[in-house]
Amino acid sequence: MASESMGVEHVSEESGLVFHPMDQFIVKPLFGDGPIAWYTPTNVTLWMALAVLAIIALMVLSTRKRAIVPGRGQSIAELAYGFVYKMVEDVTGKDGIKYFPYIMTLFLFIVCANFLGLIPGSFTTTSHLAVTVVMALAVFLTVTVLGFYLHGVSFLKLFWIEQAPLVLRPILALIEVISYFVRPVSHSIRLMGNMMAGHAVMKVFAAFAGLAVIAPVSVLAISAIYALEILVSFIQAYVFAILTCVYLKDALHPQH
Amino acid sequence: MEGDIVQMGAYIGAGLACTGMGGAAVGVGHVVGNYLSGALRNPSAAGGQMATMFIGIAFSEALGIFSFLVALLLMFAV
Repeated sequence: MASESMGVEHVSEESGLVFHPMDQFIVKPLFGDGPIAWYTPTNVTLWMALAVLAIIALMVLSTRKRAIVPGRGQSIAELAYGFVYKMVEDVTGKDGIKYFPYIMTLFLFIVCANFLGLIPGSFTTTSHLAVTVVMALAVFLTVTVLGFYLHGVSFLKLFWIEQAPLVLRPILALIEVISYFVRPVSHSIRLMGNMMAGHAVMKVFAAFAGLAVIAPVSVLAISAIYALEILVSFIQAYVFAILTCVYLKDALHPQH
Repeated sequence: MEGDIVQMGAYIGAGLACTGMGGAAVGVGHVVGNYLSGALRNPSAAGGQMATMFIGIAFSEALGIFSFLVALLLMFAV
């Protein structure tokens, strides 16, 4: 019998389950297997489009009736709207409400993409750095441009903390500048890392299921991790949205 | 031979970078633990501080993510 430490490779040889835990993240063209250009429809574009369709189904189709006593779909839509609205209001204050549609869009897209990615056999678009980096850079650029647009040069006071003693201020300014430019990095890699790691762990346990002795443990572990992943999918979308709110608050009120 | 040693070093480094996860785990546990102990003392104020807790978790987790980033860079970029 194989020792457990080399289980993954050994199992795949024995039972014909030939897959690598990272295989699920390969971008493939939908039709044929030619080279991938920027316009090629791939599984990423398919699942992103499905996420958009899911949002449309939830927010447009289910609320079409505008019932006074909401049905199931409408109450989920209302719940999501109220949840994000309250979050934006709590974190950015009254004058941040203007930017609520942007944050709502980000939140809904990420939450739908994450949940669709949890369907067995589907593709998690948010596990790709290219997808999350676009969203994080968009937030970063929006917030920076908005800060300079609203406050002009005095937006730079964000880095010059006036409450601190004068001697410390240059050092703090350096740290603040570094942490400002690290924001898009951590913002994007947090989402991508969480999604990728969770799905890879599920696949690793799935590989253990080929070994009859530990198969029950493995199946239980997959179920437990799946439940955890549902939680993580939601929390990561929430964290992405709330960090967008925090960055937005910095742009709206740079004087701490 | 030299390339092999470089690659071995990169892989060992990527493995060592994973110890950063432990630091992130301590940080996140600290944040949530303190939130919980505060919430049990004053449950009525707990709901309002939920968002702050998540922001704290996110900032603390970011540093664990940088170790993941270093591991990725060592695996694929060096």
